[in-house]
Amino acid sequence: MACFLVPTAEAVAVKVIERVQNKKEKERELKIDAGAGETARTHVHAENTIPFSRKLRWLTRLLIGGAVLLAFEHIWHGEVVPWFPFLTAAATPGTTSVMLHEMATTGVGMAVLVTAVWAVMCKVSDRDVRRMVERREN
Amino acid sequence: MTLLITVFAAVISTAVWYKGMPEDKLKTGILCWMYWGASLMWLVDAIVEYTELKAAYFTPAPADMLNDAFLGLSVVALGLVIWVVRLLITDPKGVIAGILTKDSSDRRTSCHQENI
Repeated sequence: MACFLVPTAEAVAVKVIERVQNKKEKERELKIDAGAGETARTHVHAENTIPFSRKLRWLTRLLIGGAVLLAFEHIWHGEVVPWFPFLTAAATPGTTSVMLHEMATTGVGMAVLVTAVWAVMCKVSDRDVRRMVERREN
Repeated sequence: MTLLITVFAAVISTAVWYKGMPEDKLKTGILCWMYWGASLMWLVDAIVEYTELKAAYFTPAPADMLNDAFLGLSVVALGLVIWVVRLLITDPKGVIAGILTKDSSDRRTSCHQENI
């Protein structure tokens, strides 16, 4: 009915966090470039891990990509229409409550699964980067 | 059926992306994100449907299956269209830019020759 709206909302929120994080990382890099000693060592350590903003970009892409294709499926089934209220389920109070229930179960489930897969992906890629750096050092 | 087709598309696009790395000149990464994202979301949809229908979930009516297959192929086509439009806009290999600049330089050369 409108389950794709939950991952879409999450994607928007993650995109905002990603932008803020990216800005913070750039500011930190500038500070590190200006400094030396301890900060330079931190810079070397930071290079060994994937920036968090980049990981957030992966999550945004997963969520947006999936939500776009799911939105197409909803258009296909006539659940999304180009006129107000845009969702056929939102036309009557009875169908609206069914829609909200579906968003709370299926929609939240989708967002949780995608986020969980992304978290595993981040763990695995961090481990891979660490291994690669260790191999290069040896 | 839609889930199955999308999973196949995700696996194939990931294999193509992996083969093209590290350059990734065709920018196939976007296909992987889209198809994997949709596959995960449809997986949840399938689980919810399975909890409601139980074993009947695996024996859909032929008409429903055909409609789902048609939808799955349309979804794959939409993903490919998004990818190719993005590829042409970003133009990572500079092909479009090369053609456009070649056209304008050719026109300039022919005008110059006419003037001579």
